[in-house]
Amino acid sequence: MEETTLNNNIHLQLTEKFGEKITAVSEPYGLLSFVTYKDVIINVLSHLKEELKFNFLTDITAVHYPGKDHGIAVVYHLHNMVEKVRVRIKVFISEQNPTIPTATSVWKGANWMERETYDLFGVQFEGHPDLRRILNMDDLGVHPMLKQYPLEDPNRVDKKDEFFGR
Amino acid sequence: MNHNHPVFTDNDPQSELVTLNLGPTHPATHGVFQNVLQLDGERIVSGVSTIGYIHRAFEKIAEHRPFYQITPLTDRLNYCSSPINNMGWHMTVEKLLNIQMPKRVDYLRVIIMELSRIADHIICNTIIGQDTGATTTFLYLFQFREHIYEIFEEVCGARLTTNIGRIGGFERDFNEVAFTKINKFLKEFPVALKEFENLLTRNRIFIDRTAGVAEVTKETALEYSWTGPLLRATGVDYDVRVSDPYSSYQDFDFDVPVGTSGDIYDRYLVRNEEMWQSVRIIEQALVKLKTEPKGIFHADVPEFYLPPKQEVYNNMEALIYHFKIVMGEIDAPKAEVYHAVEGGNGELGFYLINDGGRTPYRLHFRRPSFINYQMFAPMSEGMLLSDAIINMSSMNIIAGELDA
Repeated sequence: MEETTLNNNIHLQLTEKFGEKITAVSEPYGLLSFVTYKDVIINVLSHLKEELKFNFLTDITAVHYPGKDHGIAVVYHLHNMVEKVRVRIKVFISEQNPTIPTATSVWKGANWMERETYDLFGVQFEGHPDLRRILNMDDLGVHPMLKQYPLEDPNRVDKKDEFFGR
Repeated sequence: MNHNHPVFTDNDPQSELVTLNLGPTHPATHGVFQNVLQLDGERIVSGVSTIGYIHRAFEKIAEHRPFYQITPLTDRLNYCSSPINNMGWHMTVEKLLNIQMPKRVDYLRVIIMELSRIADHIICNTIIGQDTGATTTFLYLFQFREHIYEIFEEVCGARLTTNIGRIGGFERDFNEVAFTKINKFLKEFPVALKEFENLLTRNRIFIDRTAGVAEVTKETALEYSWTGPLLRATGVDYDVRVSDPYSSYQDFDFDVPVGTSGDIYDRYLVRNEEMWQSVRIIEQALVKLKTEPKGIFHADVPEFYLPPKQEVYNNMEALIYHFKIVMGEIDAPKAEVYHAVEGGNGELGFYLINDGGRTPYRLHFRRPSFINYQMFAPMSEGMLLSDAIINMSSMNIIAGELDA
């Protein structure tokens, strides 16, 4: 119950400040999650950090939903260590032009998390001080976590069933 | 090819700077990663870290595997304390499926997780001793990691890549030999740990090499999302076991040690104290186990818990469930779940999106080493090279966790 009131409070304060820009609010497994837009994401993050005491950026990552208008969701997990609340923020951006402002202006620690997200999903974090690949080699050419890239190399013949009488 | 790595040139004839490639494999680094350092004599002027040499695409592989087959991926993240990773993943799935654990299973899990925390901290602290020139400490305490691995072997048959547990509990009950070994460990380890502390904690050379070196303030640590012993050494009282209790940590009485200055000495002290606290937790868990009915080692959820092989041969129900689970046809709700556990290095998070298919739609590991390590190069600037090496060992960087 206590968690729900806390979540309600955060939700109320956010809608007061950002109004229509906070949508799709839900509480899966007690974790307040909502969707916002890329023009206000930095304001939302700073507001959460400065006013609502979400002092800790747990994680930044992305999810690919191919075929949708806004097919890449950038996901932020934030944590208020004093009141022990977490929130999840999602921003849906276009797959053809995946750009979003960088969160390094709010937390310095966002640097590598964004580089990883760029490496795996190709999300361009505008204003990032050093946006280059971190896990894969520089000239890989693709962003491998996108769903169109299969796990196996399609050109490999040593794994094709027909060569094994199957 | 477009390599955007900064290239250090010393065209300037006045320049006395030397570029040093520390790594990718170097006897003084703890894993496969590179640091390009620019040195003015022994002092580091600037540095650039490169990681990714053992990137194995676990997140991509996880999208193609049913829940059970993801377990072996998790214990290869932090191979120094793999049971924590295993159980963190199992608890994530249990949270998704809303499975309630019997208390006895929770206590057994706590015992295993605390043992692996001790193993992880033993490695880190003895290596700090080793890097400051005290090989004795390494030789004295390191055998206890071996004893912990023997307990793991008794419980699940493996030592390093443990694969302890199942969704919904353990594969089998702990036998008497395992409990005997745990009790023996609890009797012998505190003596050795005390001896280890006597050797290092008030050691003049050790203090000179570590106190006041690589100090990090609270604010910087939070700004860079540090967790675990590194964050606690700066004075922030944050431990996932206390702030978001999972398994049955709310039933235990233990302290969260914090430091003051965030230097290497404080990190060493925090880790040492955590080992004492882990011993305390295990002792409490063994007492609590006495009142729990024996022989319970999994929750009663046949549709999710992989049945023992003997039953699969003899029982039709078990065979059907075995088949369904192995083929990845667990009926899991379509949901998103984030679950965090306190790993050896800090908050180990699992972000799982399930869309009702055979495999997770997306699985992301929040790996503490990856996020902690980002500060290594900036904080090394102005430091002596020999101090940076100790700094690296005190950060307990595990290359498997760095890259996933």
